[in-house]
Amino acid sequence: MQNLALETVAPVVESVPVPKITAKDVNVHYGEKHAIKDVSVDIPAKGVMSFIGPSGCGKSTFLRCINRMNDTIPICRVTGDLRIDGRDIYEPGLDPVLLRARVGMVFQKPNPFPKSIYENVAYGPRLHGLASNKVEMDELVEWALRRAGLFEEVKDRLKDSGTSLSGGQQQRLCIARAISVRPEVILMDEPCSALDPIATAKIEELIDELRANFTIVIVTHSMQQAARVSQRTAFFHLGKVIEEGVTDQIFMNPRHELTRNYITGRFG
Amino acid sequence: MSVLYFSLLLVMAVLAFALARGRASSGARAAAFHSRPNYHGLLAASLVAIPMLVVFVIGAILTKMIAESQALTALDPALLTDPLRRGAALREIVEVANGRFRGNPSITLQAAGDTWAYVQRVARFSIYGLGLAAGIGGLMFALRSITPDLKARNRFEWLVTVLLMICAGIAVLTTIGIVFSVVFETVRFFQKVPPMDFLTGTQWSPQTAIRADQGGSSGAFGVVPLLTGTLLISGIAMLVAGPIGLFAAIYMAEYATPRFRSTAKPVLEILAGIPTVVLGFFAALTVAPLIRGAGEYFGLSVASESALAAGLVMGMMIIPFVSSLSDDVITAVPQSLRDGSLALGGTKSETIRRVILPAALPGIVSAFMLAISRAVGETMIVVMAAGLAANLTFNPLDAVTTFTVQIKTILVGDQEFDTAKTLAAFALGFVLFFFTLTLNVIALAIIRKYREQYD
Repeated sequence: MQNLALETVAPVVESVPVPKITAKDVNVHYGEKHAIKDVSVDIPAKGVMSFIGPSGCGKSTFLRCINRMNDTIPICRVTGDLRIDGRDIYEPGLDPVLLRARVGMVFQKPNPFPKSIYENVAYGPRLHGLASNKVEMDELVEWALRRAGLFEEVKDRLKDSGTSLSGGQQQRLCIARAISVRPEVILMDEPCSALDPIATAKIEELIDELRANFTIVIVTHSMQQAARVSQRTAFFHLGKVIEEGVTDQIFMNPRHELTRNYITGRFG
Repeated sequence: MSVLYFSLLLVMAVLAFALARGRASSGARAAAFHSRPNYHGLLAASLVAIPMLVVFVIGAILTKMIAESQALTALDPALLTDPLRRGAALREIVEVANGRFRGNPSITLQAAGDTWAYVQRVARFSIYGLGLAAGIGGLMFALRSITPDLKARNRFEWLVTVLLMICAGIAVLTTIGIVFSVVFETVRFFQKVPPMDFLTGTQWSPQTAIRADQGGSSGAFGVVPLLTGTLLISGIAMLVAGPIGLFAAIYMAEYATPRFRSTAKPVLEILAGIPTVVLGFFAALTVAPLIRGAGEYFGLSVASESALAAGLVMGMMIIPFVSSLSDDVITAVPQSLRDGSLALGGTKSETIRRVILPAALPGIVSAFMLAISRAVGETMIVVMAAGLAANLTFNPLDAVTTFTVQIKTILVGDQEFDTAKTLAAFALGFVLFFFTLTLNVIALAIIRKYREQYD
């Protein structure tokens, strides 16, 4: 079943009306390993797109290409065409540091800095000089915490350490930290995999609210989560995009056999 | 005698192990045993070894006590009131008993020596007899108690816990013993020199007059020049080692390629392995003349032995302590924090300054404190490069001296252990100990305060 001749199958890709991010024939090599093979995918603006697929299929690797986090790994080589708003993000003149201010990221494990809750959120704005005085910074921090649905819970203890929060609160703090620099895109790498169901539900609710203002790309292992939060879904398998399209259609009526097998739980 | 006894102990223990192990693993019932055969063997071996060891230790102590008191009764009781003469008499008795006494012993001394030798002989046989009995008793008991229900594993592990506890206890007791030995001598010193004179005096010249009519050796015991000398040299050393060590660590941990790091780190650690006496003559013969030459070029008067030379070389010595430990704690900061900062659009240096160094701060502080303790306690470099003159100065171009150098100077050679001069060494040692203890307490407090936020 898994040995379907992948080479003979053209990826099933639909065009997206207003793509924010376009990838064309993106390849990633980790040393000898060919991790991403000719991935082409369009990610719509102001919406949620999810990447699903079995472990090791390359979905997180591809996600990390979008804000060039793979640059920090010396043996990693990215080729192909990857554009945000039509601009090639791998062109030589582009500073990845500035790119990452526009493309925020939330990680699998909550990783608040060992600083106060306030300083965690204020970190990004300070780096980029987004607030010129204390009052503006206070407003910005409050705004970000409110957007992340955390302000009411922590408003009396902003000076406490960010690491003193519960896992779910830490992850929302990390989301607040990511949106504090007002990025255009937020990448989420399995943001709920370390959280309990209640905390997960809160994050999913939050993602649903955020999509009005941000382009969100989420990698998830939970197909239910992909179905609940995303409008579009791409299915990755062995470094390739097998099928990509409107979420409902992928889950109700997958066109590719591998997708159907994965969704019905026959492998992965 | 003890070699033979311990060989016997070992043979008995191995025998017990083999017998008990065999008994616990034989027959169809083997599967019903609570513990594995090896644990039965180990427990039996312990039951043999421990009683034999106890017999030996108690026997040795008793032998010494009885032999001494019996032998000394043959001698003049007036001798025994003075501990020094009592000790000398005992040494003579032992020499006579072993046939190593030079010259002809007196009749009483010969009698005492014979008594001593007799007690020793009797004691040796008793110890062998009792030890063997205890070992065999332990073996019988161990073999009899082997049943499927015997929790040999739990018992043996309890014994191991006790052994570990004893080792930990020895380490703690040694520390306490050292502290007390220093404290007692310090108290004796303060009976001769008032503590306030010692702690606030600005003159250090520990030569005391032997005869009343001698001049020029008044014996001033003011510790302040030594304190300033120590602080000056350690301060210079930390000015060198602090920045260089920390920056080297940041480069190694964050920027260097793995290849460079894998060669540079061991080389840097070799620097920590250079004996300080070698660094000392490097300071005295290479660095000090260089500084003197450079100083003269600029028209400064530099002592041929200067605090600067000692401080610079000492700084070199402690660079590896700062860099290696800091490198470890920086590397230990989770990658997820680096990713978090980079993903917000932080550059590498912003990430290092604002996230990694604050997160690694407790470890870096403890690295610094360890380095300072090393600097304060260092002797050889200062002896060779900074001189012995106790000048009260903060000029790094002058010769100064430190606690450790003075302790060494006072205690080198033949000494009478009841003069103020010799006792002063213990008082200095006590102050030094207190100094490093305070540093360690501060370091621990800082680590505890910041670690709470991190974990």
